[in-house]
Amino acid sequence: MELKKLQSSSKRKPLSDKIFKLGATIAGVYVLAIIVLMVFQLFSESYPVWEEEGFEFITKTDWNAVEGRESFGVLPYIFGTLVTAALAMMIGVPLSIGIAMFVSEAPAKIGNPLGFIVELLAAVPSVIYGLWGLFVFRIYFRDWIEIPLHNAFGDSIWLFSGTPFGLDIITASVVLAIMIIPTVSSVSREVMKAVPQQQKEAAYMLGATKWEMFKLAIFPYSKTGLIGASILGLGRAVGETMAVTMLIGNATGAAAIPSSLFKPSQTMSSIIANEFVEASPASLHLPAIIGVGLVLLLIAICINIVAHLLVRRMLKIKEGAINN
Amino acid sequence: MTTVQQRRQQYRALFKQNVERRLLVDKIVRIIVFACVITAIIPLGSILVEIFKNGVAAIRMEFLTQVPGAIGTGEGGIGPAIQGTLIIIGLASLIGVPIGVLSGIFLSEYGDNKLARSVRFFNDVFMEFPSIVLGIFAFLVIVLVLGHFSVWAGAFALSLIMFPIVARTTEESLKMVPVTYREAGMALGLKKWIVTMRIVISAAKSGMITGILLSVSRIGGETAPLIMTILGSSQFFSSFDAPMDALPLRIWRLSLLPYDSAQLQGWGAALVLIIIILGINLAVRYFFMKKSSKSKLFGYAKKWW
Repeated sequence: MELKKLQSSSKRKPLSDKIFKLGATIAGVYVLAIIVLMVFQLFSESYPVWEEEGFEFITKTDWNAVEGRESFGVLPYIFGTLVTAALAMMIGVPLSIGIAMFVSEAPAKIGNPLGFIVELLAAVPSVIYGLWGLFVFRIYFRDWIEIPLHNAFGDSIWLFSGTPFGLDIITASVVLAIMIIPTVSSVSREVMKAVPQQQKEAAYMLGATKWEMFKLAIFPYSKTGLIGASILGLGRAVGETMAVTMLIGNATGAAAIPSSLFKPSQTMSSIIANEFVEASPASLHLPAIIGVGLVLLLIAICINIVAHLLVRRMLKIKEGAINN
Repeated sequence: MTTVQQRRQQYRALFKQNVERRLLVDKIVRIIVFACVITAIIPLGSILVEIFKNGVAAIRMEFLTQVPGAIGTGEGGIGPAIQGTLIIIGLASLIGVPIGVLSGIFLSEYGDNKLARSVRFFNDVFMEFPSIVLGIFAFLVIVLVLGHFSVWAGAFALSLIMFPIVARTTEESLKMVPVTYREAGMALGLKKWIVTMRIVISAAKSGMITGILLSVSRIGGETAPLIMTILGSSQFFSSFDAPMDALPLRIWRLSLLPYDSAQLQGWGAALVLIIIILGINLAVRYFFMKKSSKSKLFGYAKKWW
């Protein structure tokens, strides 16, 4: 009798449990709902500009908010975003992988504190990077790197033409590179730690030096994860706003197309930060800026999905490897 | 004809040469790798040194408590900005923490199905969304609907940055609680939600607090989503339906002004902000992470020995 009662009650969950599970599930699904709603909202609010410009919104290069002569094209800003992010990757990723190598193989007493200090870079707010970049870094960078490079190669190589003033693509990219280092290096470190110990020991047993061990055991094994980590950094760099806004020089329209390292440009996030508040909701200006936001969001979603799939695949292998 | 002896010597010389080259390469790589670490630490050091050097001069009592003076005079302070940052962090936590914690419970306690796996994945992706787009979203669904800039819109935007972080750290720390704890609770005949809320969460508390504080330090420095939601103001907080100031916004506005006095105030505000944020970060890592990393280390040690 008692047993039967127990059995039946164990089949039927109490109401409070059901409510709890429902609440937790709603909170979990919240993120999916927000993502869907976000894409929908951004599209519907930027619809006027898609209607007006059509696909040209993405391929045009002029940007004019003056009433009567309105014309909006985001191509320069897409270029600006991609170029700064790519430069930041070129500088930041090798450094980050170096840091991850050091931290994962150094003795814990040195490695952990250094890894911690590098991760503190992630705690510094973006606007402080901007402030530091604007008033400190820019000055040194202009005097010690930009001007000598410009004087030496300015006439012959297009990369170094323009006037080195400090508020330009390369300054923004270098600061971006510093900002993505903590992300890329900590994910790379995780990925490198996921390489089974046996692989490393096998390499050492063949008489490998530490560097050869990295080449033989760690890099081939963690390649996917390292690429994922770098793409994660790319996603960070693409979405970064404040530091870039303060350093990139804020050109608009066709002038923002990156043609030299020493020219001001504009990224998608910085045009939003600069013009959002002045844009009037009555004109096409605000829909155009929201449209920029939509393009930025879609690019960021794609980048991050790819990155997470790569990193996840790598860390999954790790779980299997350890259990065996 | 070389004798065996001679051949041996030849091989030895070759081997030695080869080993020397390989050791040299190894040494060079070691130096390069170490240089990478130093290169990353230099900017951090420079940022901290410059902020302290330049910011200390600005810090006075009235700087911390008063409203900004007329532009360019260098008078007044950042009182409203400090107040605003505290208010917006509080409100954002009010929205973001419950959602994040519940979502973390969902992922860890009910997380063994397709839905939870996709939630986990998109949670990770959402964490990396450009914060300015979250600001636009909050602008569209709150500011545009209400018709005026609003503190709630800013808090909502920041809560969107916060809750995925809280959810993931909650999930991770709940998963660290041994399943025997849950079984013990179940064996006492407790309902699952009581087991979760009373036993599992209290065992996972320190990890969850770590996550929440780290997410607070993250949103404390966010600027981009505040531009289009709380806008910034030079008055103290008046109502939830009016613009408000915040430290990162104030720093940005000050840095755009062409006056030395504004620049000085910007450094001062940056000093206040970085003390708050690094303070939270360091305290969290010192008090909470030490414990968990120690137990983790012991776990690893057991595995190896």
